[in-house]
Amino acid sequence: MSVAAEHRTATSTRRNMFRRPTSETGFWSWFTTVDHKKIGIMYFVTAFFFFLVGGVEAILIRIQLAQPEMTFLTADQYNQIFTMHGLTMIFFAVMPLGAAFFNYLLPLQLGARDVAFPRLNALSYWVFLAAGIYIYSGVLLGGLPDGGWFNYAPLSLIGPNPTDILEAGTATSQHVSRMVLYSVGLQIAGIASLASSLNFIVTILNMRAPGMTLMRMPIFTWMIFITSFLILFAMPIIGVALWQLMFDVRYGTSFFNPAGGGDPILWQHMFWLFGHPEVYILILPAFGIVSEILPVFSRKPLFGYTAMVFSAIAIGILGWGVWAHHMFAAGLGPIANSAFGLSTMFIAVPTGVKIFNWLGTMWGGQIRLKTPMLFAAGLVGMFTIGGLSGVSHAIVPHNYQQTDTYYVVAHFHYVLFGGAIFGLFGGTYFWFPKVTGRLLHDGLGKLHFLLMFVGFNMTFGPMHILGLWGMPRRIYTYADGMGWNFWNLFETVGAFVIAAGVLVFMVNMVRSVKGGEIAGPDPWDARTVEWMTPSPPPHYNFAEIPVITARDEFWHRKYVGEGEKPPVRVPAGASSDHDPAVAATPDQSLPAHGPGHEGHADIHMPSPSYYPLVAAIGLPIMGWGILMPGAWQIGLLAVGGLILLAGLFGWVLEPSAEETH
Amino acid sequence: MATQTSDYSAPIPGSAETQHATSLGLANDKLAIWGLIGSECLFFGALISTYLMYVTRVGEGPTPADIFDIPFTSASTFILLMSSLGMVLALAAIQAGEMRKFRAWTLATALMGSTFLAGQIYEFTVFVAEGFTLQTSPFSSSFFVLTGFHGFHVAFGIMMLLALWVASMMGRLPQQLHTTVENVGLYWHFVDIVWIVIFTAIYLIPAATSVTTH
Repeated sequence: MSVAAEHRTATSTRRNMFRRPTSETGFWSWFTTVDHKKIGIMYFVTAFFFFLVGGVEAILIRIQLAQPEMTFLTADQYNQIFTMHGLTMIFFAVMPLGAAFFNYLLPLQLGARDVAFPRLNALSYWVFLAAGIYIYSGVLLGGLPDGGWFNYAPLSLIGPNPTDILEAGTATSQHVSRMVLYSVGLQIAGIASLASSLNFIVTILNMRAPGMTLMRMPIFTWMIFITSFLILFAMPIIGVALWQLMFDVRYGTSFFNPAGGGDPILWQHMFWLFGHPEVYILILPAFGIVSEILPVFSRKPLFGYTAMVFSAIAIGILGWGVWAHHMFAAGLGPIANSAFGLSTMFIAVPTGVKIFNWLGTMWGGQIRLKTPMLFAAGLVGMFTIGGLSGVSHAIVPHNYQQTDTYYVVAHFHYVLFGGAIFGLFGGTYFWFPKVTGRLLHDGLGKLHFLLMFVGFNMTFGPMHILGLWGMPRRIYTYADGMGWNFWNLFETVGAFVIAAGVLVFMVNMVRSVKGGEIAGPDPWDARTVEWMTPSPPPHYNFAEIPVITARDEFWHRKYVGEGEKPPVRVPAGASSDHDPAVAATPDQSLPAHGPGHEGHADIHMPSPSYYPLVAAIGLPIMGWGILMPGAWQIGLLAVGGLILLAGLFGWVLEPSAEETH
Repeated sequence: MATQTSDYSAPIPGSAETQHATSLGLANDKLAIWGLIGSECLFFGALISTYLMYVTRVGEGPTPADIFDIPFTSASTFILLMSSLGMVLALAAIQAGEMRKFRAWTLATALMGSTFLAGQIYEFTVFVAEGFTLQTSPFSSSFFVLTGFHGFHVAFGIMMLLALWVASMMGRLPQQLHTTVENVGLYWHFVDIVWIVIFTAIYLIPAATSVTTH
């Protein structure tokens, strides 16, 4: 370290409230870390915990519905649990599980050392956790949100007791707090998503390894890119709707309250203008994971990479023009309904392109049926079923028949469970060896897949039938003699089979973290550059930043092929596809590694920081303030606001990372 | 792409995250600000849409023609727009290395923003005194929430400007950090531009329609 730099550090450290934390290991390092890999692991563990919570809620729902006239749950409890099941799975399980993969893999796939804003990344995690704690604090504060995850107005204004309707201009009932938890809790979660989407967009645009053009990026990175843009533009819309909801339920305005002149349909428009892109926010990461797994286990390049990228972009754009298909029954009129019905059918085209490209990838390949491949192939099949029932929703008269029935529940579980969750589990089996250095047990993995696949189809398949037979969704019980008894019981059994599958997965995880087979850097003979580093990767990711000369860079370094002959494996680094002379063409003139990075100890990584955690703590305190009356409200808002501001100011004034190891 | 040893290589406090060479050649934080502005467009777009939908839903309360004092708001709008000029001059000053001038224009920009904000607080107080409150009608709710959120954005901008001023006074804002000033400037100009749209939607369009209908 130069004298000048030393002087600067000394000056700035003295001016700071407390020194920048330095420890990279140990319990407390998890609280201050800005390492994308640690944050990715924290995202995974936290989101998996919420996945279990949401799963328990699902089991409770299924027990209540196993037989007619059950009294296992009261109507009020059922409303809270089915609402929280939806919120938990969407905002606190599937989205952050996607974020876990984004965080861990994005810099590794780009050949970067970290994301563009490491501290912002830590802030995203802590804010997400704060949002989860905040919304679940309703258990202690008069009940959890109970208006459904869609939370249609004026349903959001009706209390646990149906006669307890919130009057325009008043805001005192117990119900208020429940919907404040919904509006403010999701608002906080939205901040986390927004911050990480900005972070990922900048990382992808700006931190690619030398030679990695956009069309050489791994397909998963492309899906992160598109998903991040969807989050960036969808979150502010739901943000506004949530603020308006908060003012309605807490401060007595009438944005959505017809009694005060407001329009409940406005909530539906804003909610679904966010909600439909949200569907793609949930599924595109899984698509990306599957598009990475299928080529590796079929031993073929991804079929139609370019078509895959552009179909995902098309989905991302068309996804903004289909929201009213959630509202066909709201009475928008035949012209709006026809237009949105058509645009919904259009979006099936790029989705179909993807499905056929996956089939083309597997077609004629040397398929290895390892667990990740099973989940990936499972997604292709199950998502196709969900996609086809989705097209049937686009036909407006058909939709009138299905709306608010279990047919819709079947549809979105086929795309979100059979799609997103299958993809995320496949990705877990695929990248677990990279994260831990050990393989998950393949036999247990196959048992997990089998239980999951059978249980999933037992639970959600019959919902198509029940829905077409007219069983409405969101009801806490049903009468005997409707003809629904058998399939409901069957579904409940299926739910327990899924639970058994998840249990097998957990056993596998616990067993394999310490005792699994040692993986080595590249256990699957994979194609992208994250497999070039050791498993688990060192905190600086790459000792030397790779220079990218091709799509599927790593594969091109391992194999060389001529004409029609099958490619031949070559000794490391000797492939003519990775000729150093080629790598030095003018547009790739950056050195393979920056100055001063020859010795690994010199690699300059951002220091840990306290401030993301500090800033995140302020938000739920402000949120609890909004729940409280009078002076408590002002007090908690002030305290939370001051903590937030202190966090932000400390953040800005913090000395830069100057610990040379 | 080969510019990685420009301003960003020196370990200056607060710039830890802009030290890397970037694939686009554009600094990370500037790119992030542009992304944020894109997101904010949809935020204000949703608020303005709600307002336009509810501008006629006045219930028993006042209509736009009854309540708005257009000359007053025009004056505070003019001050806010002039603050963008101050921001431009502050950035030009720090880029030229004229730190005294930079501090003067930064403070002037913050002051003009504060004047606008004071005008808004006065306007809100008058409205509430005249019985036009957050809860009066969907029109009043959407008015207060839209302009209130804009006010919060102005307040946040003022805080950032004052932080720049304090940092400069403490000698912690060397000239190389003019990119930080530029980023704050991007945000500030965005908030001003949004106000042009809001001012047109709230004050000018209803005034024009009331002339033709009454």
